[in-house]
Amino acid sequence: MIGRPDNPYAVKPPFRTIAVPVGSILLGSTMGLVPIIATEPIVPPFGLMLLLAWRLLRPEIWAAWAALPLGLADDLISGHYLGTSMMLWTVALLVLDWVDHVLVWRDWWMEWLIAAVAITAIDMGSWAVSQPLESRTSITTLLPQLIAAILLFPIVLRLTALLDRWRLKR
Amino acid sequence: MAAPRHRRRGFSRRVRYGLFAGYVIATVGLVLAFALLLVARFDPRAFGTLRGIVVDASALFTGVGRAGVRGFHAAADEMGAYFDAGSQNSSLRRQLAAERRAVIAAKAIMVENARLKKLALLTEHLPRPILSARLIGSTPSGQRRFATLAAGTAEGVRPGMTVRSSEGLVGRVFESGIFASRVLLLTDGETAVPVRITRSSIAALATGQGDGTMEIRGLMAGGRPFRRGDLAVTSGTGGVYAPNIPVAVITEVRSDRAIARPLADPARADFAMVYPVFQAPVAELPVQPKP
Repeated sequence: MIGRPDNPYAVKPPFRTIAVPVGSILLGSTMGLVPIIATEPIVPPFGLMLLLAWRLLRPEIWAAWAALPLGLADDLISGHYLGTSMMLWTVALLVLDWVDHVLVWRDWWMEWLIAAVAITAIDMGSWAVSQPLESRTSITTLLPQLIAAILLFPIVLRLTALLDRWRLKR
Repeated sequence: MAAPRHRRRGFSRRVRYGLFAGYVIATVGLVLAFALLLVARFDPRAFGTLRGIVVDASALFTGVGRAGVRGFHAAADEMGAYFDAGSQNSSLRRQLAAERRAVIAAKAIMVENARLKKLALLTEHLPRPILSARLIGSTPSGQRRFATLAAGTAEGVRPGMTVRSSEGLVGRVFESGIFASRVLLLTDGETAVPVRITRSSIAALATGQGDGTMEIRGLMAGGRPFRRGDLAVTSGTGGVYAPNIPVAVITEVRSDRAIARPLADPARADFAMVYPVFQAPVAELPVQPKP
């Protein structure tokens, strides 16, 4: 890892090791393109859930700025104002950095709780940011999406673990 | 299990500088994202080209699966129709007879209307639809209510144009790519449609609530002007929407307000028609007359 970039003996990690996490998060964001026409938000934010799962599972592969391009892609796909997910996801990763210092010993339910709080906060944040000035949208429209996201999170975490095992296979 | 100790600085100067640079980039990115949000607040149509490209790209994803979903909807409907075929048949016959009488009466009224308008020298410039296109998708995970229309600037679709289906108003074009565009649905919080209640011809304003319904408020204060089952059609005030397009049916009355459900269900609409802006705003200001 540490060494001159032109060192011929250094083993280069395969492309897969970084393409799988980034690709799976982008794919999660494009889950918002399922061909249904919804009149209320019903599909959980899979991009965010996958990012949180990868971050909780493998904190060391993410630089502090990693959520900026991923959030931009999510904004473009989900029709939010540009900057919504960019800002909220980056703040979430910075807060998780701090949480890692506070909570050293973790259990599975603690990770679920952390993810639930993060998803709720980010969803409410993006609701608040995407309100037009003269809007009357109620915050209760978030509920179906939030409940689905929180209940599905352990499955997403399992899926991420499977992907991680495949990613690092030699 | 203990969390892996990452972000450990150690003795390597290179690792330390790398971590520090990461935080600096994240902070700069945060400021940039905030600036982007401010830009969006004051000019929601900013970065139209970039967003248009993404709309086009996502239409490729969505358009493929849409046919299957539509077939599934139709199959479910047909299966349901078998169960109440007998009772539905007789009631439909009765309805058909009543509708036929109503249609004959409406035709007579239409002819009389045309004659009266000619007498009063009233001219109307109702816009003709530009084109029909398929509604292929939406943004079901975002907090805004957009649908994707399979037509863009190449076919002449521009932001601000009205979109309707055969059942009623669907929304307005919000941003357009080259061969796909995003339609702001009636249920989005930003939508405000000037409407008229057909029963009493009271003027009102219908706004989206983000949860599949609209709220209707009368423009005059006081009283209980709405009833359940009232039909709201566009009034044509303001010049964006052409008059007399069906918008919503009132499902619930709350003192001087009402909750209404849009008539056009975009999930089932096969095709939507795009209309130009009813009366475009005046481009040139009137010149002050010379004394």
